[in-house]
Amino acid sequence: MSHRRIRFYGAAGQLGTIAVTLLGLLLLTFFIGRLMPADPVRAIVGEDATRETYEQVYRSLGLDRPLWEQFAYYLGDVFTGNFGTSIRTGQPVIQDILHVMPATIELATFAILIGAGLGVPLGVFAAVNKDRWLDHVVRVFSLFGHSMPIFWTGMIALIVFYAHLGLVGGSGRMDQFYIGLVEERTGFLLIDSLIAGEMDVFWSALNHIILPAALLGYSSSAYITRMTRSFMLDQLGQEYVTTARVKGLSRNQTIWQHAFVNIRVQLVTIIALAYGSLLEGAVLIETVFAWPGFGQYLTNNLITGDMNAVMTCVLIVGVIFIGLNLLSDVLYRIFDPRTR
Amino acid sequence: MSTHTETAFRLPAPLLALKNIVLFLLRSPTSAFGLAVLTLLILVAAFAPLIATHDPYAQDLALTLQPPGNGHFFGTDELGRDIFSRLVWGARITLTIIFLVSVVVGPIGLIIGTTAGYLGGKVDTVMMRITDIFLSFPSLILSLAFVAALGPSLNNAIVAIALTSWPPIARLARAEAMTFRKADYISAARLQGASPTRIIIKSIMPMCLPSVLIRLTLNMATVILTAAGLGFLGLGAQPPLPEWGAMIATGRRYMLDSWWLVTFPGVAILSVSLAFNLLGDGLRDALDPKQINRR
Repeated sequence: MSHRRIRFYGAAGQLGTIAVTLLGLLLLTFFIGRLMPADPVRAIVGEDATRETYEQVYRSLGLDRPLWEQFAYYLGDVFTGNFGTSIRTGQPVIQDILHVMPATIELATFAILIGAGLGVPLGVFAAVNKDRWLDHVVRVFSLFGHSMPIFWTGMIALIVFYAHLGLVGGSGRMDQFYIGLVEERTGFLLIDSLIAGEMDVFWSALNHIILPAALLGYSSSAYITRMTRSFMLDQLGQEYVTTARVKGLSRNQTIWQHAFVNIRVQLVTIIALAYGSLLEGAVLIETVFAWPGFGQYLTNNLITGDMNAVMTCVLIVGVIFIGLNLLSDVLYRIFDPRTR
Repeated sequence: MSTHTETAFRLPAPLLALKNIVLFLLRSPTSAFGLAVLTLLILVAAFAPLIATHDPYAQDLALTLQPPGNGHFFGTDELGRDIFSRLVWGARITLTIIFLVSVVVGPIGLIIGTTAGYLGGKVDTVMMRITDIFLSFPSLILSLAFVAALGPSLNNAIVAIALTSWPPIARLARAEAMTFRKADYISAARLQGASPTRIIIKSIMPMCLPSVLIRLTLNMATVILTAAGLGFLGLGAQPPLPEWGAMIATGRRYMLDSWWLVTFPGVAILSVSLAFNLLGDGLRDALDPKQINRR
């Protein structure tokens, strides 16, 4: 078989894998939705509806059909982009999610910039200074980031930096009296306020995002540091590094222009995955900081038992993760000649 | 013949020498710290009735939100309950979560992983697809969804965490099993007529055990954080249970004036999860010398 053919089969196999994983994902969300204790019919018709109304709605929701048939309907709905209506807000779930997503993306993007900006250099320095004091300091620093309950650190940070020192804004995306002042264009407050030229709002938003983003960034920097260090150690142990040094290149040139260049692809994949797992931290940190994003939307719906909304949120997280994994695979294939 | 099988079926040497492992761990200050914290946790949990100064559920509405001191080491909460005693009793809950999750997750991950890795082919594909689906979620989100489906309670939180934490173990066990599959001693066992089940249980599983144990220890840090996160969101242990995460959740309303309500339970969670991470690192050095250069 020619190489091109092998690559074609590889890609087709991967697509098949993704399709199966997606189907499994849908099965899982469907299963979770059916298990939920909340009665979807009750939630629609209310407590004092007659038996006839109840049964009519019950049938119209298709709940009287066998499970596999319900799953087929669910699949059809999902593929036509119909994720149902949120019982809590009365809006189509997808519209709700699109509305809250920018707040989370803004937070996560800010956080990953901090996380990668901190984690990558620290990882490189730790690897270069392996087993020296700097390495140990970095290790303890990143282990702390990895071990802290982020909702707790968030509260302590609020007590210290907001309540006592007054350095940053408190909860929410901006100060109360700025809410509604800026027209929503992109949903990213930092960008919207700049477009509108409202610098006050911009600074307020920046003041509010910096603390939760720093905490999320710190927690993801733990992972990024660890991985960067381990990638770097792999490179530094190889002969071309010694060759470069023997040729007369300086230590810094060898580290940054030779070894570091070779770990860039691995780093991008790691950072992509770290970006995805920020969603997890976001669920907790958004609750602490009253951040009106995806995480808060998910937890509110969990507590009220809003089936459609929960299923869709879980599905979206799953799809984001599959997408990020795929992205990292593709990057490897493109940039690492050994995988061809 | 029988001596041959005996040597092949023996546990790897490091597991037999638990004493050596502990000695090894104590040599490094970080893993010694981890071991010390976990020993303390176990002791506190075991002797909770003796250590606690008050009844963890006893309310004293005359002494609410008292700062640390005055007969209450860590102060009192909004119902006048002694925070120190609640933390001490909470150690039992934490330990229960860790124990139950490990007992469920370890064997499940080991069985699925080694079976898939040894048998290969279709069995492997199907099992790994299922694992992939579970792996495509961050563990907290999937646990959240499961708890929402099962209803919020401590037991359901444990079930949800167990349901979401076996896949990495299975992945690891599979990778290990695949490296041993082609080994000569496995072929020898097969030629002697050992059934696949026997080979998996007697020859493959013991070889995968060290790395599974390390992974399980490192996982415990995540398990603790997830459990605390569920408790914090009100989906795990329910009040008045003295679960650390739930304690933080109720303390949140008073945190600006009464910092001790959230600070001490958080320090407890942080210490235990840090201890597991440090211990896991140490165990990796002790049980898996080939990793030492990468650390």
